[in-house]
Amino acid sequence: MTSSAAQDRDAVRVWLRRFVKPEALTGYFMISPALFLILVLLAYPFGLAVSISLTDRILGVPGKFLGLTNFLKLLQDPLFLETARNSLVYTVSTVSLKLLLGLILAQLLNQEFRYRNVVRGLILLPWIVPTSLSVLTWLWMFDSLFSVINYMLLGLGIISRKINWLGDTFWAMVSVVIVNTWRGLPFFAVSILAGLMTIPDALYEAAEIDGARWHRKYWHVTLPLLQPIIAVVVLFSTIWTFADFQIVYILTHGGPINATQIFSTMAYDVAMVAGRIGEGAAISLFLFPILLIVIVCMLRYLRRE
Amino acid sequence: MKRKRVRVIKRILGLYLPLAAFLFFALFPFYWMAISSFKTNPELYNLRMNRLVIKTPTLEQYRELFEKTEILKWLFNSFFVSFMTAIISMVLGILAGYAIARLNFPGAKGFGVATFITYLVPTTLLFIPLAKVVQSLGLSNSIWSLIVTYPTFLIPFCTWMLIAYFKSIPRSIEECAMVDGCTRLRALIQIVLPMAIPGIIFSGMFSFTLSWNEFVYALTFISSTANKTISVAVPTTLIRGDAYFWGELMAASLVGSVPVALFYSFFMDYFISGMTAGALKGV
Repeated sequence: MTSSAAQDRDAVRVWLRRFVKPEALTGYFMISPALFLILVLLAYPFGLAVSISLTDRILGVPGKFLGLTNFLKLLQDPLFLETARNSLVYTVSTVSLKLLLGLILAQLLNQEFRYRNVVRGLILLPWIVPTSLSVLTWLWMFDSLFSVINYMLLGLGIISRKINWLGDTFWAMVSVVIVNTWRGLPFFAVSILAGLMTIPDALYEAAEIDGARWHRKYWHVTLPLLQPIIAVVVLFSTIWTFADFQIVYILTHGGPINATQIFSTMAYDVAMVAGRIGEGAAISLFLFPILLIVIVCMLRYLRRE
Repeated sequence: MKRKRVRVIKRILGLYLPLAAFLFFALFPFYWMAISSFKTNPELYNLRMNRLVIKTPTLEQYRELFEKTEILKWLFNSFFVSFMTAIISMVLGILAGYAIARLNFPGAKGFGVATFITYLVPTTLLFIPLAKVVQSLGLSNSIWSLIVTYPTFLIPFCTWMLIAYFKSIPRSIEECAMVDGCTRLRALIQIVLPMAIPGIIFSGMFSFTLSWNEFVYALTFISSTANKTISVAVPTTLIRGDAYFWGELMAASLVGSVPVALFYSFFMDYFISGMTAGALKGV
């Protein structure tokens, strides 16, 4: 009896020693600043978001506890349902466009041609330049009176009447999708390009010996090998696009008549403009389940690697 | 002869034409931004002229911008915030990344996964409660609110990036040094860091760019014009009510975009190698 207690004590001591040996102490010391910052400014605000969302807090007034009322009310609010639908349309259409165009562009950039590095650098520009500033340019390009896009399309005879880009409910969504695709395409193209460059030529040569044409090579060699990168890029882009703010905020402010309202712009309007902090926090938190799905998929991929 | 011509046509249709289309799509907005900023107001709003070229180039819009707005202050704010946050995140990222990649302690792996998850958390999820945290820290309406909060999304990125870099450096090199009596800190500073320079530069410049471009926090935390960063100041203060002064707006957009574009052109090689080596190996 006594001996087993002593054994237990020894086991505990051995277990504890793992935490206090010099290497472990150095490790904890080195991660502590980062950990501290993340806990104070990420974990704590997250808890705060949940607790605010359960109240009817408005700007400057603490508010009282409501339980899940904010969430339940939102789920019955037609404006919120439209916002959720818009966010879904926005994300699904831009992510699939970026993926499709990204695959094509990466294939082009992987070929040999003069000034290839310069071209690769130029292609990256939309992704590097501050989005709020480049979107201002798009706002000017979509201007109802002076739209240069209309000017070119009319000049080329592609359209016969001016398109009211940002004033029409359908075209407004098209506009924000175009701009998001424009900004995000370089990330897709360059990531996929990095994947393409790791595929050994020998695999293509082997396929050629077997008589495979280009589309079969692409389907049976390229795509399967790109799959991990594609998965990661799509997951990243999904969460970024769902949570995107600047493009819609600057181009349409969610209008016309909420046709492009998405989660983040509605949360901003409700919390910061109308001052209903509790409800705004609840809208933001609807991003959380999507984030969770992305995290789970991502971790599954990481583990498999 | 004929086969050669077929090959040329194939190359034009299969490479140059689509590539030109992509380049046009990517670059036309910048062209439009630039030429709009060098036009006079009458030319800017004249629908009867050829709008894709400049007839009488002028610096009028830039003169207006630098004389009548606080653009230099905004540029300084952006520089200061981006520089400070990049340094903070790089230092903390090096410490945490090295610990996770090299040191053996319980929880190291869990912390690595946690940083990856925090990297995925979008800023729009937490801007409302963070505004309250910033307020209770007494930092509302100060650029320090940004210097404190930006590292929350930069440190996870830097850490994750640098883990991949540190792991690619052979362990034996620093072990040799430590056998020779070098402390771990000296081994880190004198042996590991110099070998990880491409990764460190890449994560530093990427952090700088992310800070320079950040919008939601800067929009929410800062209200007075003089304390804004350029990415928020231009779309919020240069648009007066419903009046858009497009020439001035485009000039300001160009001024705010050029620093990051220049920055990238200098470090392009690091960027491509970082993107291909570290970023994707990491994830």
